[in-house]
Amino acid sequence: MAEKYILRSTAIAARMLGGEMMIMSVKDSTFFTLDPVATAIWQAADGRTALSEIVATRICSEFDVSLETAVRDAEQFAEELATRGILRISDLPISGSEQSASEQTSLQTSLPPT
Amino acid sequence: MSLLAEMNDKALKLGVPISVHLDVTYRCNERCVHCYLDHDDHGEMATAEIKDVLTQLSDAGVFFLTISGGEILMRRDLFEILEFARGLLFNVKLKTNGVMIREAEAKRIRELGVEQVQISVYSHRPEVHDAITKLPGSLKRTIEAIRFLRAQGLKVTIANVLMSANMADYSGVVALARELDVVYTLDPTITPKMDGDRSILNLNVGKSALDQVFHDPDLVGNVAEFCAPPPTPGEDIMEGYPCSAGHTFCYISPYGDVFPCVQFPLPSGNVRKQKFLDIWRGSAELKQVRAIRAKDLTTCSSCAHVGTCTRCPGLAYMEGSMLGPSTADCQKSFQRTGIPTANMLRRASMGIGTEIGPLIHIQPMLDASAEAH
Repeated sequence: MAEKYILRSTAIAARMLGGEMMIMSVKDSTFFTLDPVATAIWQAADGRTALSEIVATRICSEFDVSLETAVRDAEQFAEELATRGILRISDLPISGSEQSASEQTSLQTSLPPT
Repeated sequence: MSLLAEMNDKALKLGVPISVHLDVTYRCNERCVHCYLDHDDHGEMATAEIKDVLTQLSDAGVFFLTISGGEILMRRDLFEILEFARGLLFNVKLKTNGVMIREAEAKRIRELGVEQVQISVYSHRPEVHDAITKLPGSLKRTIEAIRFLRAQGLKVTIANVLMSANMADYSGVVALARELDVVYTLDPTITPKMDGDRSILNLNVGKSALDQVFHDPDLVGNVAEFCAPPPTPGEDIMEGYPCSAGHTFCYISPYGDVFPCVQFPLPSGNVRKQKFLDIWRGSAELKQVRAIRAKDLTTCSSCAHVGTCTRCPGLAYMEGSMLGPSTADCQKSFQRTGIPTANMLRRASMGIGTEIGPLIHIQPMLDASAEAH
């Protein structure tokens, strides 16, 4: 199975609220919330860490689910977020400099606390 | 219930300030006749101070950040502030007159991921708009700014404050909004000046004008529904809060003063002296505001409109009591439905007119700003 890499979009607003991540697309104001599993994946989406590694270290270690199932579900989740423009997905690592001009902003290195 | 409403409910239960309005300056390039602000700079927060406050707001869970003034582009560091705010992933809304927004500024605003921009327009006619702003040529520049922002794909809202001078032109502004493909909002309330000057309240539109506005289907949609008599309030209404001010929302002035709302200038702390979260959680004033339910309101709790009135606790506070009525909102409820409010009936029985009583004189916390200066 080809590795996938995911990177959070910067064309969003995001904040944790009571264990759920709230996300709003600044492009079309679509509002999402992510459950704790989805939040863990989204927070780890740095463009450098393979999705399978994210799932293995953040999901399978916390929840009783097989790696194969979890990776399949995570890829589906990532594809859905990518179609909504709040996540980028690639077969190769994604660096921050590859962000489009419309997405460029200075992203803080630490995410809001849970 | 929408997802956003669910999150607001959750923020309320958790005591999280999900939304903050931050005025970065009271300086302005316009001198609108109805403005409630003192435009002199008494020591507004420096760039580093604002960045520190933004970091604290992010840590406190603030998601929606409205940046306003005065005129925000009077700050040379505005884009530095915006970049920092967006780096903290706030949902940012700007309020501006647009006069200093050209193509380059509009592009930068879009690049930084600002979610929406609200722009004040008083009339579609330059002679009326410019007479209100006291800045010749301002309407032309403002409309150009809206076009620049829309060309960048940004969401823009026109805010049309209604007053006696522009009452005849709101339809023209509605048409202008349609032409520019932007959202239109109308506000028929003039806020008292922060220095206690009540003369600007004379700019409020009269009763017949309010009546016209509330019965205009272009503005309110289904008139029968909008103007229907209020239903009998249930227990959920009487146990409810007046509004989000102090519950999930607060305001921070350019001098670091924290109020429940810009229109509710109850000094609740200053971020130059205390950490924001300490103010939010520990302020005696905010706790007092949070304790108020509809059933606690001295006159309004017995009013037929208690469940449907737009009563602003800030305007009530400025009239004399945060538990009391807001006469401006009494007028709206009456003009909308034809049913007098409990406050109106009480005053009529006492032989008192419907004029607003003495205003509270609002003092900025100058000692905090003087120290920083």
